[in-house]
Amino acid sequence: MSVQSPPAALTEVPGPIKKIEPAEKWRRLLMAPTVVPLLLWMIVPLALTIYFSFIHYSLESPAGNFGFVGIQNYQFLWSDSRFGTAILNTVIFLVSVLVITVVVGILLAVLYDQDFPGKNVAMLLVIAPFFVMPTVSAQIWHLLLMDPIYGVIGQFLQAIGLQPVDWLQTYPLPSIILIVSWEWIPFSFLILVTAIKSLDAEQKEAAAIDGAGPFTQFRYIVLPHLEKAIGVVVMIEMIFLLSIFAEIFTTTKGGPGDASTTLAYLVYSLGINQFDAGIASAGGILAVVLANIVSFFLVRMLAKNLQQNA
Amino acid sequence: MNKSSAWAKLGLAVLGWFIAALFFFPIFWIAVTAFKSEGDASTASLIFQPTLDAFAQVFTGTDYFLNVRNSIFVAFGSTILCFILAIPSAYRMAFYPTQKTQSLLLWMLSTKMMPAVGVLIPIYFIWQWLHLFDTVIGLVIVNALMNLPIAVWMAYTYFSEVPKGILEAGRIDGATAGQELWHLLRPMTMPGLSSTALLLIILAWNEAFWSLNLTAHDAAPLTAFIASQTGSQGQFLAQLSAASLLAVGPIMVMGWFTQKQLVRGLTFGAVK
Repeated sequence: MSVQSPPAALTEVPGPIKKIEPAEKWRRLLMAPTVVPLLLWMIVPLALTIYFSFIHYSLESPAGNFGFVGIQNYQFLWSDSRFGTAILNTVIFLVSVLVITVVVGILLAVLYDQDFPGKNVAMLLVIAPFFVMPTVSAQIWHLLLMDPIYGVIGQFLQAIGLQPVDWLQTYPLPSIILIVSWEWIPFSFLILVTAIKSLDAEQKEAAAIDGAGPFTQFRYIVLPHLEKAIGVVVMIEMIFLLSIFAEIFTTTKGGPGDASTTLAYLVYSLGINQFDAGIASAGGILAVVLANIVSFFLVRMLAKNLQQNA
Repeated sequence: MNKSSAWAKLGLAVLGWFIAALFFFPIFWIAVTAFKSEGDASTASLIFQPTLDAFAQVFTGTDYFLNVRNSIFVAFGSTILCFILAIPSAYRMAFYPTQKTQSLLLWMLSTKMMPAVGVLIPIYFIWQWLHLFDTVIGLVIVNALMNLPIAVWMAYTYFSEVPKGILEAGRIDGATAGQELWHLLRPMTMPGLSSTALLLIILAWNEAFWSLNLTAHDAAPLTAFIASQTGSQGQFLAQLSAASLLAVGPIMVMGWFTQKQLVRGLTFGAVK
C-alpha cells in the first residue's frame, strides 16, 4: 500500500491515514491463520479439479494417466446417458425441495407466530429433525418408516386394507425428496419464524383496523416482509442441497438403475467407485459452476446487508 | 365474540400440536424401537415389553465406542482448531478495520459457497497422499475448514458489539493486548462465543459427506457407522435404533439451546 510512497507525500497529507504504525504490521499477521488455510482450501483443490478434468486419470486403466485429453472428459459425460438423468434428477430434486421447504416453512412460520398453549414446546418438536444427522434420518425413513413389510407406513396401509408400497424402490426420487424436505423444513421454518417475529405488530393492527382481512394482510404485509429471508433460505439451501449425498448413499445408492442419481452422487460413483478421477472432476466442475451462479447473488445480497448495517 | 375466539384458539392449538407430532414422529419412533426386543421391533405396535437388550447389543457387538470416540474427537477438535484460526482475524477486523475488511469478510463467506462435491476428487487424493485418509486428524481439518467462515463471521459480529471505550480504558490503565483479550474481551463475548462453539460442534457432529468419503474404518464417526448398518429384512432394527438414539439425542438437546445462534450463524447475520 502506502509503504513505498515518498515521504514528501506523507507530509502533504495531514493525519495518520497514510502512515503505517509498527503495531499495524503485526495486526496484519493476525489475518494469516484464517486467510492462508481458506486460500489453500479454495485454490488447491479447485485447481486440481480443473486440471483433472482435462487429463486422463483413471485408476482402473492407468495407461496414459496424466495425459492431456482436452475436453474429452466433458464430451464423455455429455454422451453418457447417466449424466442427462443426473442433471434432470438434480434439477427436479432441487426445485421440489426448495418449493416444499419454503412453502411449508412460510405456512408454519405464520402458524407458530400465533399464540397457543405449549407453543414453544411444539416449536422445539418441529425443528428437531434439523439436528438429526443425515445418515440417521435416512435410516429412520428407509428401514423404520418406508420399508414395505417392517415399516410403519406399510403396516398402517395393510391395517386399513391397502397394499403396502416399497416407496424407495417404486418412487425413489420422490421418497428422497420427502426425506430431505423433512430435514430442511425445520431450517426454513426457523429462519422464517425469526424473520416474521421482527414484523411490526402495529403495522398489522393498523391494517386490520383499515379492514384488511387475514389473507390481504398476509399477501401485502407479511409476504413482502419475508422476501429477504426467503431469498436467504433459498440460496443457502441450494448450496447444501447441491452436495446432498448421505441420504442417497444410505438408501437407494442412486438406484434403482439411475433413477435417484443426482450430480453429486454421479461424481462420487464415477470418481470413488469407478476410479475415473478425470471424468468425475468434469462433473465436479459443473457443480461448482452451478453453485457459483447462485452464490454470486447471495454474496451480492450480503454485501448490501453489510453496508446497511455499517 | 369471546366464544368464537376461544374456539379459534383451541383449533390453533390442535393444529399446532398435530403438526409438531407429525414432524417429531420419526424421532419418537426410533426412541420407541430402541427399547424393543428385536422380535418386537419389526412390528409397528406400541404395546411391548420394554428392554435394554438393544443397547447392550450395540455396546458389546460393535465398535460403537470407537465411533463415539471419533465423533467426539472430530466435533470438539475441529471446533477448537476453528477458534484458534478464527479469533485472531476476527479480533483484527472488529477492532482495527481497514478498507479491505468488508471484502475480506465476504471473500471468506464465499469459500462456503463451494459445493463439497466440486472438490471431492482432489481432496480424496490429497488426503491419501498426506496420509490423512481415514484419520481423525484428517476429519478434524476438513470440518474446521468447512466451519471456519462461520466461526470468523460470528466472532467478528460479537467482537463488534463490544463498546470500543472499554478497550481504550483498559489500554490507558496499561493492559497489554493479551490482558485485554483475556480479562476484557473474553468475559464480555463468552455467551456469544460459547453458543457459536455449540453450533460448530453440532455441524461437525452431523457432517456426513466428508465423513463417508474420507474414512474407512479406523476414523469412522457415528454418521458413517449408522450408514454402514444394513438392517435389511427387518433385522437389527432395535439395535440400529438404539445406536441412532444415542447418536442423535444429546446433539438435539444442544441444538434446542442454540436456535438463535443457528439462525444468525447459518444466514451469516442476514436474518437475526
